[in-house]
Amino acid sequence: MDTLKDKACIVGVGESAFTRGSGKTELRLMLEASLAAIGDAGLKPHDIDGIVGPPIGSVAEHFAANLGIEDLRFATTVHMGGASPVVSLQAAAMAIAGGVATNVLIPLGWNGYSSNPVRGGGARAETGEKPMPEPNPMMNTIGAFYLPYGATVPVQWYAWLATRHKHLYGTPFETMGAIAVNGRANAHLNEKAMMRGRPLTMDDYLAARWVSYPFRLYDCCLETDAAGAVVVTSAERARDLKHPPVYISGVAEGHPYPADDIPARPDPFVIGLSFAAPKAFAMAGVTHKDIDFLEVYDCFTYVVMLQIEAMGFCKRGEIKDFITPERIRLGGELPLNTHGGLLSEAHVWGINHIIEAARQLRHQCGPRQVKDAEIGLVTGWGDFGDGGLAILRR
Amino acid sequence: MADKMYKLPTPRVGGYSAEFYKYCRDHELRFQRCTGCGAWRHIPRDMCAKCGSFEFEWARSKGRGKVFSWTTARQPMMAQFAAHIPYSPVIVELDEGVRMVTWLTDVKPEELELGMPVEVVFDDVTPEVSLPKFRRVA
Repeated sequence: MDTLKDKACIVGVGESAFTRGSGKTELRLMLEASLAAIGDAGLKPHDIDGIVGPPIGSVAEHFAANLGIEDLRFATTVHMGGASPVVSLQAAAMAIAGGVATNVLIPLGWNGYSSNPVRGGGARAETGEKPMPEPNPMMNTIGAFYLPYGATVPVQWYAWLATRHKHLYGTPFETMGAIAVNGRANAHLNEKAMMRGRPLTMDDYLAARWVSYPFRLYDCCLETDAAGAVVVTSAERARDLKHPPVYISGVAEGHPYPADDIPARPDPFVIGLSFAAPKAFAMAGVTHKDIDFLEVYDCFTYVVMLQIEAMGFCKRGEIKDFITPERIRLGGELPLNTHGGLLSEAHVWGINHIIEAARQLRHQCGPRQVKDAEIGLVTGWGDFGDGGLAILRR
Repeated sequence: MADKMYKLPTPRVGGYSAEFYKYCRDHELRFQRCTGCGAWRHIPRDMCAKCGSFEFEWARSKGRGKVFSWTTARQPMMAQFAAHIPYSPVIVELDEGVRMVTWLTDVKPEELELGMPVEVVFDDVTPEVSLPKFRRVA
């Protein structure tokens, strides 16, 4: 289980501007984030010899061509939606541990606001490289069996899980609200957060309009034009770079069964992380008590709750007792989504969760720094419940 | 019921999923059942994941089941559905064990509950397409 333990490190992180209306292509946003991350590592673009490309917006080859990487030794893509960034850490660590590549770039970003046909107005005035979209394994199921009944977007698919869990275990709306309010409070301490300076109380949360039961407005993540990037290198090389290395101590991916249809699952609460979490904890050689903070993929509040249960921080159905404002706040026993998350910082497919975890472990987070942070856990969630997690340490 | 003005999207089908809806057109709810081990399955696939057989039949469901979960859209997720707000994509578990996404025809969103017994009805939304929907069983 320890084959990848501490073999690779995050040495560079960076983002584009976070906006609603970038006016740029998704590839351009990701290239800007890539340059920031490569510079943060103290490397030059031509030092990159591996790219785990994004599942949307572009592919590794376009990055290599733009960055002037003549000898791209490793190129792959993880097709796991919002779990892709965390699982890309695994791919990067595998390539590095196996001697295939030395410095691996992981970019991800999108025009999550501008490309929305309703709210973004379909404003696609930007010019630049626009690759064709790739097919997704979910699309056959959606088109044939969900579309005729109007179940076409994530807020509805994940609501099926949330509704059943909520009604089986009596989870109150206040548990969901605690996650939304916590993320917003943390965002006020984050200069990049889209929702900085816009307070949210539990009363605001409960009074907000419905989107799709059991999700109200503040259960739902932001829509942002934004990109992030991470550079991973070997533990040996990391020691000579600009910042203290952030070690990938444990990392794993998991897929619900079957991954391409939610209703068919024998147990709907067995998600990707249910399979992945024991592997990552075993690899890192740590237990839940060792984790100093959590950055959990928060596309919707209840998805955070399902993941925390699936990882074994509490038993199934007990999330209503586990999530308390006191436990998950900065300064609490287990700070959660210290940057504000997808709910209040920006929707960057969770690569912003990795970036935040790395900065927390470098102790660069200023007013939102988790005191003496040594070990952090980051999750990703994507498609119909694919999951990944990384246990990172300084 | 057939309505040439039907404005909602119809199933995008090919192969097995086209066969599923062909039976629906005849008002028959049929799912794949493995002729090797007898296991029912949905969504349709090439192989039986339980025994590895490629052999199957389109076995007729009795069309009775229970509500497994739901969500209720209070804003349109696609523009075509705006006139139907609020609408509830429901997961029904058939007595044969398979589950499917559907609509209930006679249940208000606030009346939905886990385990509510339901039975299939067919809605002839176009001359070519009949959608399986469900209604409450007393």
